[in-house]
Amino acid sequence: MDLYEYQARDMFESHGVPVLAGIVAYTPEEAKAAAEKIGGVVVVKAQVKVGGRGKAGGVKVAKTADEAFQYATDILGMDIKGHTVNKVMIAQGADIAEEFYFSVLLDRANRNYLAMCSVEGGMEIEELAVERPEALARIAVDPAVGIDQAKADEIVAAAGFAPELTEKVAAAILKLWDVFTKEDATLVEVNPLVLTGGGDIVALDGKVTLDDSASEIRHPGHEELDDKANTDPLEAKAAAAGLNYVKLDGEVGVIGNGAGLVMSTLDVVAYAGENHGNVKPANFLDIGGGASAEVMAAGLDVILNDPQVKSVFVNVFGGITACDAVANGIVGALNTLGDAANKPLIVRLDGNNVEEGRRILAAANHPLVTLAATMDEGANKAAELANSAK
Amino acid sequence: MSIYLNKDSKVIVQGITGGEGTKHTALMLKAGTNIVGGVNARKAGTTVTHGENEIKVYGTVAEAKAETGADVSIVFVPPKFTKDAVVEAIEAEIGLVVVITEGMPVQDSAEFWALAQSKVDANGKQITRVIGPNCPGIITPGEALVGITPANITQKGPIGLVSKSGTLTYQMMYELRDLGFSTAIGIGGDPVIGTTHIDALEAFEADPETKAIVMIGEIGGDAEERAAEYIKAHVTKPVVGYVAGFTAPEGKTMGHAGAIVSGSSGTAQAKKEALEAAGVKVGKTPSETATLLREVYAAL
Repeated sequence: MDLYEYQARDMFESHGVPVLAGIVAYTPEEAKAAAEKIGGVVVVKAQVKVGGRGKAGGVKVAKTADEAFQYATDILGMDIKGHTVNKVMIAQGADIAEEFYFSVLLDRANRNYLAMCSVEGGMEIEELAVERPEALARIAVDPAVGIDQAKADEIVAAAGFAPELTEKVAAAILKLWDVFTKEDATLVEVNPLVLTGGGDIVALDGKVTLDDSASEIRHPGHEELDDKANTDPLEAKAAAAGLNYVKLDGEVGVIGNGAGLVMSTLDVVAYAGENHGNVKPANFLDIGGGASAEVMAAGLDVILNDPQVKSVFVNVFGGITACDAVANGIVGALNTLGDAANKPLIVRLDGNNVEEGRRILAAANHPLVTLAATMDEGANKAAELANSAK
Repeated sequence: MSIYLNKDSKVIVQGITGGEGTKHTALMLKAGTNIVGGVNARKAGTTVTHGENEIKVYGTVAEAKAETGADVSIVFVPPKFTKDAVVEAIEAEIGLVVVITEGMPVQDSAEFWALAQSKVDANGKQITRVIGPNCPGIITPGEALVGITPANITQKGPIGLVSKSGTLTYQMMYELRDLGFSTAIGIGGDPVIGTTHIDALEAFEADPETKAIVMIGEIGGDAEERAAEYIKAHVTKPVVGYVAGFTAPEGKTMGHAGAIVSGSSGTAQAKKEALEAAGVKVGKTPSETATLLREVYAAL
């Protein structure tokens, strides 16, 4: 899960990272009240999980609370790269003397962590890495040790901070490491990390990505950081049923077992769609190895509620849960759904007990169900039916 | 021959008394696996019975290893406790640890990996190989299964298979069941995993029984790109590839924790191109991939 800037700010503050005052506001009135509370010059910042909001006009400096009201009115409801702004952060204005950069992240390729730091902050880090790679210090962090004082000093030295700043920056890095490790993040980024006119080091803008697996078992508090209001309603419904579902933009609903097989099914449906009016897969839905009647019914229920869906392709490989059990699951799910099942279903079963599975489906003789012998054939049939129902 | 696992492997099951542990211990025994013990600190001294097999439960991995000479462990432990279980197996210097558990915090995986890397023998070789987490495990058909792969969908043969995905592994094993497999490994779809595509490619290249290799990848990270470079430089046996996730949108996790396209990196297209540049034939669909494999095998 990616956090909003204001959530990252709050998380930084709770771990002792130096930050400036910041208050989230959902209306211009709240923005004005926040600006009055903070006092002085404030910055009205659109809260969206996408970069480039400054260029899009989503960040404005307000000298008075009335100006903050006006800017919040302009920014709320704005569309930034497809993200609608429904909240802003009112941030205390900063007296910036210098801008720096720091991040620590999971390095998948090396299976450890990577700290990156630069005395040239402010610009997009991808740009800096390409244009002036020598200005970006990259230090590997051993997961067994983490960032201790020695490592923080090493990072600061590699980035080339002025001697009078090293101690303060290293202290901030140690606090940011606390955020990374105690909150189970895969990314903690500060851009910019600033030196104020008063000589303080402050994290002015932060980006945090949390590890969902860790949040689930170790951080019950993380759930409230999830922006449910901005979640697709079908995704919310699937999540409530414990299903692994991602809404896509297409006409062919897809259900399968196993993440890899479902991703593959989406691809095969998209290829088939090229010959059938360019229909596309409507969703990713992995019902897992079990494929019981209950899970199948819950999955079908989500997909059939997607008004865009014109046909459904059920693609299951029967392994430990053999095809006869899966077939019974499908028949049971259709019985449970009754009239709610109202779109054609193409079913492809393969693997253990496939003959028995196909026999069960044939015997049930459900008017909506068509059997397909292979994945390619099933995808083609589902695409064809979706196209003719468009 | 085979890689990593054969009929002589002595296997212990960490979490042998839990639901998944019980179910899959029975299936692994049925597939011929030599299971010599189980581990559960709270049930040490008891036994579990599967048909004619009475399996002793030990308090620790070290004790189980000392008593049985086990060289392989499989971990069926809930994600909250998985790191401790894996660390215990690494500390006990088990040669191969297969971690099935899904939903393990990635910092836990990074920590056990750092530990595994630090434990080397007199020749500087890492003592413990880890497969997983979040994987279906490993099968050497006809000899042993350490994982959750349905053993009866294929047979012994000349093909080596390495894959990030469980059900795609099964699909491919099933499609090519007439040819059969030397060993099939599911390495898992998490961001941090133990054994990589490259490790498996290296082992298959060295295994005389393996004549051709199927490599299955998916979106996220750059493991496939690095494997492509490795193949170009080091693999002489024919390799056929498949990559899932061409239609995956950016920024969405597709089931596996590691299956995510970030910005322009981790796309299926980039992986396919890297593999093709290394001379690997890449199928557009699983069935086309199986056909390609048959072609390269027939040409041998």
